Amino acid sequence: MRRKFSSILSWGYFIAIYTFIFLPVVVLVLFSFQDGNLPIPPFNGFTLKWYVEVFADEKLTAALINSLSVAFFSSTVACLLGFLAAYGLARYRLPATAFQRVLLTAPLTVSYLIIALGLLVLFNWIGVRLSLWTVGIGHVVINLPLCFAIIYASMGDHQKNIERAARDLGANSLQVMVLVTAPMLMPSIMAAFFLSLTFSWDEFIIAFLLSRFDVTLPVEIWSLLRSGLTPKTNAIGSVVFLMSAVLLVLLEIFVFRGRSKHDG
Amino acid sequence: MTASLKLQNITQKFGNFTAIDNISLDIDAGEFIVLLGPSGCGKSTLLSIIGGFLTPSSGTVLIDDKDMTLVQPSIRPTTTMFQDYALFPHMTLRDNVAFGLRMRSMGRADRATKALEFLDMVGLKASATSKPHELSGGQRQRVALARALAVNPDLLLLDEPLGALDMRLRRQMQDELKAIQKDIGTTFIHVTHDQEEAMAIADRIVVMNTGVIEDFGKPTDIYMKPRSQFAAGFMGEVNFIPGQLIAEQDDEYDVETAFGVLRLSSRAFTAGTPNVGDKTILCIRPEQFHLTADDTSKQFLCKAEIVDGAFFGTHFRCQLKTANAPDLLLIAHLSQSTSLRAGDNMDLHINPQDLIALPTDPLSS
Amino acid sequence: MATMSFASRVGRKIVYSWDLGNYVEFFSKPYMLKGLFVSLEITLLVTVISVLLAYPLAWIIAERVPQRWQRTALIAAILPFWTSYVVRSYSWLLVLSENGVINNFLLDIGIISTPLQVANSTTATVIGFVHFFVMLLTLTIYSNLIQLSPNYKRAAADLGANRFQTFWHVILPLTLPGIMVGAFLTFVLCIGDYITPQILGGNNELGLPQIIMLQLGRRADLPTAAALSIILMGVVTIAYLLCLRWLKMERA
Repeated sequence: MRRKFSSILSWGYFIAIYTFIFLPVVVLVLFSFQDGNLPIPPFNGFTLKWYVEVFADEKLTAALINSLSVAFFSSTVACLLGFLAAYGLARYRLPATAFQRVLLTAPLTVSYLIIALGLLVLFNWIGVRLSLWTVGIGHVVINLPLCFAIIYASMGDHQKNIERAARDLGANSLQVMVLVTAPMLMPSIMAAFFLSLTFSWDEFIIAFLLSRFDVTLPVEIWSLLRSGLTPKTNAIGSVVFLMSAVLLVLLEIFVFRGRSKHDG
Repeated sequence: MTASLKLQNITQKFGNFTAIDNISLDIDAGEFIVLLGPSGCGKSTLLSIIGGFLTPSSGTVLIDDKDMTLVQPSIRPTTTMFQDYALFPHMTLRDNVAFGLRMRSMGRADRATKALEFLDMVGLKASATSKPHELSGGQRQRVALARALAVNPDLLLLDEPLGALDMRLRRQMQDELKAIQKDIGTTFIHVTHDQEEAMAIADRIVVMNTGVIEDFGKPTDIYMKPRSQFAAGFMGEVNFIPGQLIAEQDDEYDVETAFGVLRLSSRAFTAGTPNVGDKTILCIRPEQFHLTADDTSKQFLCKAEIVDGAFFGTHFRCQLKTANAPDLLLIAHLSQSTSLRAGDNMDLHINPQDLIALPTDPLSS
Repeated sequence: MATMSFASRVGRKIVYSWDLGNYVEFFSKPYMLKGLFVSLEITLLVTVISVLLAYPLAWIIAERVPQRWQRTALIAAILPFWTSYVVRSYSWLLVLSENGVINNFLLDIGIISTPLQVANSTTATVIGFVHFFVMLLTLTIYSNLIQLSPNYKRAAADLGANRFQTFWHVILPLTLPGIMVGAFLTFVLCIGDYITPQILGGNNELGLPQIIMLQLGRRADLPTAAALSIILMGVVTIAYLLCLRWLKMERA
């Protein structure tokens, strides 16, 4: 009897919290189909006209493409650098290893706003003009620690022996790194890559502060918001959600399933 | 304190899989019982049922003749020593041992004293304020023992506690467990797959296999007079010689084998006497072969040739081939100082009183 | 950035000098100091509420949800957060506004007679934050819970503990690292966040990140912004040092 009550209580709580979690998203997607001018109740009827407007809007589609490019570029660079850093620190005896590790993961604990400001100051000082490239660099800065941490964590001793075997069979350092280590670590590298994509794709504050004319999607949405609330913003939000969800599903399929097959 | 344990027709099913098949057991208060068997035989499941962590699909658990089948672990007069010790990592040793006492609302000063007493009993009083992760495996195990005994249980259940220790530490702990048990008199039920360990510490052994009890008795009885082929084979190396009962007269049974007719008394039939004409399996241990008939109790069995042999320190183990039964490979333990080696021939003698006759298992070949 | 914080702005140019002027300004201008306190207050409130809401959820997923579905439950919990951060905060604005879903619902079933003024207030900011951090904390606490050996609970029960005692004396202390890691992350991410307070908070009580952005936006005062950022970083570092014990245990 007591078991049943606590069971009901548990499931009640579970549903309540999940409702809380899903509430804004459901409202968002629902009212993107709103046949009316305001994305608030009452809900009038279904229409796709807002989605049509979104895809017709040149600034939005341009921002979308910008977001994707910046995300891809910065994630690739971050992964590459992260891999090299992890490889270097894990396999070679460099001075002050612990310190370097702390230095590499430090940006994780600092808020993005401060990083953005710091870079702003830096660019200002050097004299580099703001553009999508500066945004890209900013994203590399925030993603590099993540990539490094993920890849470093999966470089264990058991892989050392495989690398030694490769060396034994005649491969030089570069070949070992490219032909042996990287493919072995592919699950972690993929995880780091997709995670970086996600963070970069959705990132606002760095993109906002470090860009001028060409902007990424979050920044463009921000400007849209300033000009008033219409279901069009709901529509673009839903599109972003859909793309992110697809990314997540891909991540789940390629990385997690692959990994469990690997370990299993 | 101590209590008796009676298991009546315990069956445990997990879905379609029967882990325990109608087991009944009668254990006296104060006994040191060992549940012995290979992995998957159900011994740990049985222990969980006794401890209250599992409710059996059917059957009754009586502790001190009271029905405890549905009673939860926190109220049941049993405590369990888990295989991974499960010491609370965030508490000191003293607080770990005092935990059960705290749950029984004992005052802080009282339970601290009692906890130190029990830590002293296992020789770890000096480390009372350390945390579990600072200790070695053997030490952690002792703390787990102290914690389990501190609440004065009627039954102490030990789930393969010595598995993670090296041989020397294991032997030492076996002696200590036996001594402590004799001292406090609590009924101990100890699960292991190591037959040597079982023989060293148990008052009585329960040999289990795939959910059933194969044999139950004192270590000497199970080793010298096993009641099933599985029990015979599990307790140590054994030779199985097929035979057939051809005559019976005045409590003397004649069994025809490849080595001739052997005469056995009724005591050799540990699992019931068969009828004339039935097949039977005779068992004899490797150390029960002799090279000479140095007294009237021994008789000549056959000639044998050593196929392979190895020195094991206490004895010389060899595999033998005989002309009488070319398909049968016999194992014998010869004296450690023997000069016989592979290729040598010898005469084998046995004492027929050492033979045990078991029914042929219809399932095995 | 540290260097810049010591500079000062004269007219339109930036004069570089080692001057603590900006820092003094921070402490003397009440609205700047208040900004820090507002941020701290909101952050602490959010952290506490999120922990209290997240722990039961983590426990339910770890203990009540069948094992096969646990990862699905977690992914389902994360899914809504894959909308753009900006868009998500905006969605909360819609939900909480006078004509929004919640007010309509409450009016319809008769609990209230006039719409609640929740949007554009600190309450809305807190709700928006808690929404995200409950998810984060559920993850950290869950991963801690799931690693505990089931024998801890059995041993405690075996020794006489009832369910509450087992939780209080054994499970809770053992999940403290997960709570502290999550709480620390919540603190750091919340105190430095600009977007949610900006969208949901209205213009009443400004937190420190918003004040920093003000310096940048309206006054193009890089040095002051830099100084304020250093102060923010200082607060975070203090929090980091306080939590060091728990974060170190996590690594080991």
